[in-house]
Amino acid sequence: MLIGGRGKAGGVKLAADERETREHAGNILGMDIKGHTVRKVWIEHASDIASEYYASVLLDRSAKQPLVMFSTEGGMDIEEVAEKTPEKLIRHHVDALTGISHEEALDIATKGGVDSDVIDGVADALVALYEVWLEEDATLAEINPLIVTPDREVKALDSKVSLDDNALYRHPENQGLSDSENEDPIERRAKEEGVQYVKLDGDIGILGNGAGLVMSTLDVVAQAGGSPANFLDAGGGSNAEKIKQAVDLLLANDAVKAVLFNIFGGITRCDEVATGLIAAFADIKPSVPFVVRLDGTNDVEGRRLLQEAALPNVHAAKTMNEAAEMVVALAAGKHVGAAA
Amino acid sequence: MSVLVDESTRLCVAGITGREGTFHTLNNRNYGTNVVGGVTPGKGGQDVEGIPVFDSWEQAVADVKPNTAMIFVPPRFAADAILEAAAAGVALVIAITEGIPAHDELRVYNTLERDHPGTRLIGPNCPGILSPGKANVGIIPASFFKAGNVGVVSRSGTLTYQIGNEIAQAGFGCSSIVGIGGDPVPGSSFVDVLGLFEADAETELVVLSGEIGGSAEEEAAEYIAEHMSKPVVAYIAGFTAPAGKQMGHAGAIVSGSAGTAAAKAQALEAKGVRVGRTPTETASIAVEVLGGASVATS
Repeated sequence: MLIGGRGKAGGVKLAADERETREHAGNILGMDIKGHTVRKVWIEHASDIASEYYASVLLDRSAKQPLVMFSTEGGMDIEEVAEKTPEKLIRHHVDALTGISHEEALDIATKGGVDSDVIDGVADALVALYEVWLEEDATLAEINPLIVTPDREVKALDSKVSLDDNALYRHPENQGLSDSENEDPIERRAKEEGVQYVKLDGDIGILGNGAGLVMSTLDVVAQAGGSPANFLDAGGGSNAEKIKQAVDLLLANDAVKAVLFNIFGGITRCDEVATGLIAAFADIKPSVPFVVRLDGTNDVEGRRLLQEAALPNVHAAKTMNEAAEMVVALAAGKHVGAAA
Repeated sequence: MSVLVDESTRLCVAGITGREGTFHTLNNRNYGTNVVGGVTPGKGGQDVEGIPVFDSWEQAVADVKPNTAMIFVPPRFAADAILEAAAAGVALVIAITEGIPAHDELRVYNTLERDHPGTRLIGPNCPGILSPGKANVGIIPASFFKAGNVGVVSRSGTLTYQIGNEIAQAGFGCSSIVGIGGDPVPGSSFVDVLGLFEADAETELVVLSGEIGGSAEEEAAEYIAEHMSKPVVAYIAGFTAPAGKQMGHAGAIVSGSAGTAAAKAQALEAKGVRVGRTPTETASIAVEVLGGASVATS
């Protein structure tokens, strides 16, 4: 499954014989770990462990360099190691243009306090991990634990890799790796349609243009006492087809009791949005109330079009705050005055 | 004054012959920006409404001496276009393109730092820069802004228009609006642009609009405390964003317990920066700090 913290959640078990293996596998299958359902179990020979290490490579946004992290305190939550015993977590920035050298990796392993007989093996693992991070366009490549066996062999037992969606065109072989069975069905559909959509827990459907404005809309709705059902960035497009597609996605979530359209028109023209919405309504005929806030380019014209169309249960708002208050009231089943 | 783009801007556009590239280049020229050329490999010798097109940045620089590049090419070609413009000696590169792989951005950032320290990159995945009344480079709708003394720096486009419009309705104008973009490895950070506004004689107050992900806002808080004499008012988007979910922008993601809106707002407030809870409140704090009355310069 594509989520970290499996061991902590009880998703990794040691079995002594076949009976125990069946019992543990049975318990793990179907288990819910952070909202993901376990559908497959990996069974392998238990390794004898002399030491457990932690190793990762990630993109350090602040330093704008790759960061290698290593600790001899492996097998547990690394955020805890970083917090409680920061001296045991070695952090080493790699020059993004030259990559990591074997000498650099040796130095990291030495600083980390690795037993001298496995320093070479650990350094090899670090270099290999960096190569994976680089070649696969990963934002994170982590081995935890990286173990040393009693016969002094260095082995990777478990790992986690995060890939960059923007680089998927370079890795067609990675396209099929997403866990579509555990993906939210609406999020999966949105991805197929190329729409930025994130499902949330609430009952107010949200659509806006621009990622920042949509994030801000979620916050303003929450501050007004409401609970957003989703993030949906309609982007720059405003034609009827795109708006219909977005409304369809919003309403695919049965929890939605009211919808807020928050448009600040820049290049997007509010009259086009209104026209698109009117056309979409003719097709979809939503059963929940809509609040539409049109501001910016051609906003007066857009609001006039909506008013003339007299769409059932559509309310116009001028400002973001006003729109948020209206949609929260509507979701709670309250009356908010005349429809647009 | 203003920062980064003004009457002295000589703009050349990578991807000028594409649909979006043509549309926005002409928009920028209509605003008054001096557009001197475009670059599309294989289309040298053509022109776009009188703007000469070159095969390479080297030729463009030799012929029309641009000091500013705008990048409008698709993601897979954008990193090389940025580096080519920098190698040709263009001092300011503004990358509008969204969807560039993070590893490419890392390579671009570090190559610029090592080989082309004289070139500043703004973006990628940004709306560009507008200095009202002087020049517009990018896709910011200029009609919502007028010239004045508020500097705006933001990771988000539409959110900037929202806040800027409310400031304008209160009678204030902007010196420059700088979109630094929503990607994980931006060429310029809040700190870089805050420094430019601090040095700009016209700017009296800066509005900083941040969002979840990374630690650029926290770094800005430290910088403001140590280096800014001008007031800064901030807004942070994404308080309701769940951890581990990318919210539209590639860089807008809470990783574990890092990069939350609450932590950013706290870091800023701890350094005395006032943080608006909504875009509207942010604009009204800015107006209050400026004295409430219009002091727009034009």
